This record gives sequence, C-alpha cells and structure tokens, in this order.
Amino acid sequence: MAEPLLQVRNLETTFFTPDGVVPAVDHVSLSVNKGETLGLVGESGCGKSVTALSVMRLIADPPGKIMGGDILFEGQNLLAKTEAEMRTIRGNRISMIFQEPMTSLNPVFTVGFQITEAIRLHQKLDRRDALAKAVEMLRLVGIPLPEKRVYEYPHELSGGMRQRVMIAMALSCNPKLLIADEPTTALDVTIQAQVLELMKRLRNELGMAILLITHDLGVVAEMADRVSVMYAGKNVEEGLVEPIFERPLHPYTRGLLDSIPQLHRDQVRLHAIDGGVPNPSQFPKGCRFHPRCQFAQDRCRAEQPVLTEVEPGHKVSCWYPLVAADRGVA
Amino acid sequence: MFSYAVKKVLLAIPLLLGVSVLVFMMMHLIPGDPARIIAGPEAFPEDVEALRVQLGLDKPLPVQYWIFLSHAVHGDFGRSIRSTRLVSAEIKSRFPATVELAVVATAVSLVIGLISGIIAATKQNSFFDTASMGVALLGISIPGFWLGLMLMLVFSYYLHLLPPSGRGGGLLTLAGWRYIALPALSLGVSSAASIARMTRSSMLEVLRQDYVRTARAKGLAERVVVYTHALKNAMIPVVTLTGLHLGFLLGGAVITEQVFAWPGLGTLVVNAIWSRDFPIVQGVVMLFATTFTVINLLVDLTYALFDPRVRYE
Repeated sequence: MAEPLLQVRNLETTFFTPDGVVPAVDHVSLSVNKGETLGLVGESGCGKSVTALSVMRLIADPPGKIMGGDILFEGQNLLAKTEAEMRTIRGNRISMIFQEPMTSLNPVFTVGFQITEAIRLHQKLDRRDALAKAVEMLRLVGIPLPEKRVYEYPHELSGGMRQRVMIAMALSCNPKLLIADEPTTALDVTIQAQVLELMKRLRNELGMAILLITHDLGVVAEMADRVSVMYAGKNVEEGLVEPIFERPLHPYTRGLLDSIPQLHRDQVRLHAIDGGVPNPSQFPKGCRFHPRCQFAQDRCRAEQPVLTEVEPGHKVSCWYPLVAADRGVA
Repeated sequence: MFSYAVKKVLLAIPLLLGVSVLVFMMMHLIPGDPARIIAGPEAFPEDVEALRVQLGLDKPLPVQYWIFLSHAVHGDFGRSIRSTRLVSAEIKSRFPATVELAVVATAVSLVIGLISGIIAATKQNSFFDTASMGVALLGISIPGFWLGLMLMLVFSYYLHLLPPSGRGGGLLTLAGWRYIALPALSLGVSSAASIARMTRSSMLEVLRQDYVRTARAKGLAERVVVYTHALKNAMIPVVTLTGLHLGFLLGGAVITEQVFAWPGLGTLVVNAIWSRDFPIVQGVVMLFATTFTVINLLVDLTYALFDPRVRYE
C-alpha cells in the first residue's frame, strides 16, 4: 500500500511576468501512493493547479518555468524527460481532468473523436477498435446511449455529461494516476455527488491513484485517504484525512475547517479567515500565513517554518502547532 | 441546411432587385440625355430621336425598367455601344480571366496568410512573429498597383523572368502561369497580409482555450494540437475574410488589371466607363452583385464545415 507512485520533492515553479517574478510553487513536496487518493487543498491561487500542471509538464514556458526539485513517477524523474517522452506519459499513464467541463472539450470535434484520439495514440488501435473502446468508456462512466453519444458534439451534452466524457477520455488508457483539478467545482450540487460517486467507483474498479485538487473539504472527506494543505505556494500540513479533520495542527487548516458551514450547530455567523491570500510577488517575510494568523508571534514574522513530522505521518509547517486548547471553536 | 440555402437564395432576390433599380437608374441619373450621349456629339437631332425610340427611351420610366429587368433576368443587357457586340458575349469573354486571377490570387493569399499567421501565433513575440507582422502591416498599407509596378520592374525589366503584362493561355499551360504570376502576387499580397493578421489573432485567442490544454494533456504532439485542435476553431473569422476578398476580386480588380493589361472585367468596365458604354457597366455591376451574393452564401455554408454549433434554421 505505501509504495509511492508519485513523489514531488521541493518543486519550484516560477512565473516571469511583466509585473515581476512570481514563485507560484515554492519548494512543495507531496507523494501519492499506488491506488491512493491524495486531496490537495487550499484557497484559490495557492499553487495547487500549478503543482498539478508541473507534474504534467504543461506549464506554459514562457512565462512559467520549473526552477528546481524532482518529480518522480514510478521511480523516474519526469523533469529529466524529453518532451517526446512526456507525450507517451500524458493521457496514458498520467491523465488529467479539469475544472471547466464546458470549455475543456473542443467544441468542433465529436465526443467520439476526442476520446479515440488518446486511444489511437497510446494504444495503437485502429479507428474502428478505438471507437468501440470509446463507446465502452462512455458506458463505463454512465452515459446513456453511448453508441449515439460518440457522434455528438460537446454542445449537445449537459455540464455533468461533459465531465463524464472528460473522465472517460482520461481513463481510456488505464492511467496509473489521475489528476483531477477541481473536477466538480463547476457542477450543480446533485451532479457533483454523482461525479464523485463515479470517480470513487472507477478508482476501486481500475485501481488507479488520484491526486484530487479541491478547495472543498467536503469533497476531501468524501474521497481522499490523505490530505495535503497548501498555502501561498507552500505545504503547510499533510497527513491522513481523519487526524487532520479531528486535530488540525496548522492554524490555516483549522481556519479552513471552521469555515465549513455546520448544520447541526447553531452558528450565528460563518467563520472566515481574515484577510486574503497574499500577492505571490510580495509574500510576507517569515511564515507566509502570519499576517492572517491569530497565534502569530515574533518568530513567525522573522523565520520561515519548515515541514516537520509531528506525529507519525502527520507533518506540519508551523513554529507553534496547535494544541488541544487552541482547537476550540473560534 | 438545404432549406437554409434556399432561404438565403430567396433573400438574395430583393437584394438583387434593389441593385437592378440602381443600375437602371444610373442611365437616367447621369447628367445629359442618354440617347444624345450614345449617338455622339455630331449626330443629327432626327437620328437622336430615332435612337431614343429604338432604345425605348420614349416610354414611361416604369415600363422601361420592366423591359430592362425582363431582359436582364435572361442575361440580356443589350449591346455594347462601342463594339456593338452583345453585353453578355463581352462579359463571357472577360469573366474567365477575372475568375482565374481571383482564384489564383486568393490561393496565394491563403497559403501565405495562413502559414505565416499560424507560425507567428505559435511563436508569439519571436523574431518571425515581429518580422512577419511588420511585413503584413506593410502589405496592407502598400497599394496593389504600386506593388504591381515594382514587381514588374524587378521580375520583368531587370530579371527578365516573367512577362510584364497580358494573359497567357489559361492555367493549363506554363505560359498561363508565367503571365498570371505577377498580377496574382500583387493582388494576393495585400489579402495575405490581412489574412495573416486575422489568423494570428484568432489562433492566439484559441490557443489560450481550455480545450487546447486538454489536447496537450492527452499527450498529443504540438503539431496535432495546433493544426487540428486549434486551427479548426480559428478558421471561422479567416473564412469570412477570405470570402470578402474573393468577392471583391471576382468583381474585377480594376486597377491591377489595368496595370498588367489583364483582359478581365476590371479592364472591361473601366473602358466602358470612359466611353459611356452604359449597357456594359450595367451588365458588369449586376454580375458583381450576383457573384458577391453567391460568395456570401458559400461562406455562410462553409461555417458549418468548421463549427458544428452553427445551425441553419
């Protein structure tokens, strides 16, 4: 179980924009074991998607550039691979689905064409066999009348159906790792539940690992085995889902958990973390969370904490990790 | 799609009727008596009068228009005043040359425009991008006739590679290609320039889209991403622009045809205007309006080839 499939170590991805150098991902590490689901959580702009795109080596250069670190997939460093070698991995052993099903499919090609493209490329099937496989994939993701749907264009499908098509496309070559970047954010709540249910079922059937990027802790609780929390381009906390939800060590993680609406508790007002994510071109000195942290002390303003293992399997990057007394409801 | 085409054709009828009214009125709105102009300054009054009756100019205006129209729908615009040949015969002898030039010039502009536009977009801000877009701006700004003269000067006068003017024996012969090269190039370059700029901006827009990222995430080669996934989406504005260019070129590239003594409609209509040869002008203008309408219909139908979301209802 604990065999690592993907290991990201000290990844640095930087964007060189006219407004300055933006270290969007700054020494981020994470690992996904075989068959495991890792939830990568954080607010918008904290570097989650850039981390994912770095793994796929799909960062547009310019303006972006991977400046350092290692990305080991099945023991091989993806950062050392040529573009041609990466193309045999993308869509084949690592697949990705995106947040916006409405815009992520090409409007001018049929669903069938877009699914068969990957199949024909990676599995070297001919047109007819690839189409049969595409129909099979559409049936697998629960699309009714797949024989008919393969000839339809994306605009003829609803948002939920399109996300199912994206999933079918991503899974058509049996990837070892599926990177799902906010796969349900753009969908209606009922459709969200269906898509998550589908992803869970397919994960169990196909035995792939999932790197699930989301800002929704409800989705993490539903799907993930482990969770890694990011803030301002850095890891802040990592561990199994249950300990993190029950005993968050980082004030930011606790803030995220507190901002989930609780139906069974009388809440006068919803908790929110004060302030906003700092602009990546001018991060605060010391711990990047300190301006928004109610526990910040002098050391937090001066020195950057490092990710350290506090309990077995539970890492946090904080000078003063929360103790039980701090965890009461704010 | 068929019913859409029929609808479009039906809509074109009032348009062409409107054009026919204007074309008909042209003869009567121009200062002077048409019969006197046609007969010439030295004609006797009784000859002018006879001509007036012969041309039907003594009848009431609506009747004259009806006669004009009923002949026009049969392609009969009367006889040229200058050559006394049938207008339809004059046009028939010139139209192939114009079509030939328009098609070759459009092909030239599409090849140059698409290729440089795509390369400029995929290598944005590179030397090629800056240079080709600079040349394109120049190409749009330079008048076609000046470029024609310069081409003639270089390729005919100095290098003696190509004939300076006239038309060879059609596109099935080598001579035909040698004669058409310079006029087609000088017409094609300015269209190529605007097509290149349109292609570039359209491609840049499309390359930013989510589905292009999806295509890359599938492991497709950049070539497939650009030339299949992006290009098909980027083509729609380019098709519109190319249709417009082709429409204008089919109306006869008046100045360029003059410069290269190309025996097309442009030359015909200019000479007709100089010599007050109304029937020819009327015939050519009607033909111009008709071809433009047809090209527009074809452009509309072409959209469906590129975008399945286009619905013809």
